[in-house]
Amino acid sequence: MYEEKIRAIIAQHARLSVDVASLGDDSDLYGAGLTSLTTVNLMLALEDHFNVEFTDRMLGRKTFGSIKLLSEAIEELAGT
Amino acid sequence: MPEISHNAEGFPALIERLQTIGRETIAPNADSVDREARFPDEAFAALKQEKLLSAYIPSELGGLGLDISQISKICEILGQYCASTAMVYAMHQIQVGCIVHHALGDDFFRSYARDMVTHQYLLASATTELGIGGDVRSSICAVKVDGEQFSLEKQAPVISYGAMADAILVTCRRSEEAARSDQVQVLVRKEDVILTQLAGWDTLGFRGTCSCGFSLVSKGKVEQILPGPYAAIHSRTMHPFAHIVWGSLWLGLATDALNRARIAVRAEARKNPGVVPVSGTRLAEADIVLFSMRSGLQSVVADYHRLLGENDPDAFSNFGFALRINNLKISCSTLVVDIVSRAMLICGIAGYKNDSKLSLGRHLRDAYGASLMVNNDRILGQNATMQIGQRE
Repeated sequence: MYEEKIRAIIAQHARLSVDVASLGDDSDLYGAGLTSLTTVNLMLALEDHFNVEFTDRMLGRKTFGSIKLLSEAIEELAGT
Repeated sequence: MPEISHNAEGFPALIERLQTIGRETIAPNADSVDREARFPDEAFAALKQEKLLSAYIPSELGGLGLDISQISKICEILGQYCASTAMVYAMHQIQVGCIVHHALGDDFFRSYARDMVTHQYLLASATTELGIGGDVRSSICAVKVDGEQFSLEKQAPVISYGAMADAILVTCRRSEEAARSDQVQVLVRKEDVILTQLAGWDTLGFRGTCSCGFSLVSKGKVEQILPGPYAAIHSRTMHPFAHIVWGSLWLGLATDALNRARIAVRAEARKNPGVVPVSGTRLAEADIVLFSMRSGLQSVVADYHRLLGENDPDAFSNFGFALRINNLKISCSTLVVDIVSRAMLICGIAGYKNDSKLSLGRHLRDAYGASLMVNNDRILGQNATMQIGQRE
């Protein structure tokens, strides 16, 4: 449910090597240029916008691997 | 043929033979390797004789089946005799580690591992690239696949012992369309590669690693591409393995510097029986720094050994693990310079002279390389970012 907003935040903060509009919700963000270090930027922006805090175990591919995974994680954290 | 050690019981005997090789073959050549910036041929002939180039290959494939703590010990011992020899050996083991941890599920690599044992192949690495700088997690070059064949070109500012290696593991983008960080690692064989030297290797230290720059043009079969993304190989193997084996050989280098300092202190003590010279106090202090360096290394080796055994793929991708590995690198590379400098003060002019038995010139020059190979400032910058991302 948060996919569109996440997409906008990714466009601004994730420093991908491709246009985020060309990615599907299931596309591999790491394949699109996301790295473990650039996830920090993205994480801070997402936390700020959605007023959530990612837990330690979430800071990896299982959560940041795609827009869909991120949306599910934020839904879980926001308790919706 | 020497007895081959496959297990813990055989390891002490192997270490004893390694010490003999160190004393009789490696140490006597260390100065000429350094002076002439030449490859340590004699050392590698002896190491191959002991099948030590396949030390990390599992015993079911013919290797010695040693674990990371044993490889670390070997690197430390080599570092006491010749840091260039130790560095080449360590870098080779990192490449072997990548294959052993990530590629032995493939028929090609299982068979290649057996060939490594038989022929004692020496493996080099081409990670850094012109136009990228030292960021090994980015590539400009890409592997081009055509049916069963691939071609790959890379402009590498540094390939340590590239001209002497039997094969080179090259990082590159997965395809021409892939992002810079979407990398794979490809094994290219000496017979399929054309290396054109771009830059020489006339450096302050680690001169025997012959780390010239090359333009690399290669081809091969797609089966030579290691399975999986390089990101996973990097976090589980390349990154931790490299900093452990480097830290180990720097520890050996520092240990030898303090051994020389001890000889100087003893000589001084003989001159004035009953009076402990001030250099003895300095040595006692320096030994505490060495203790700290060794303790840090051993704790990370133990962690890494345990995590490899647990087989949890997420264990290596978290910031906490990467931070520990980076801390090890920054700590060891800083302490090695500190320890050699302390040894220099203790040895005095005998350490400063190039033609004395207690000379520390090579040690000091080698030690300064440690903070530059993957520059400590780059690592510190990554740590700063990870500190922000890390949760308690």
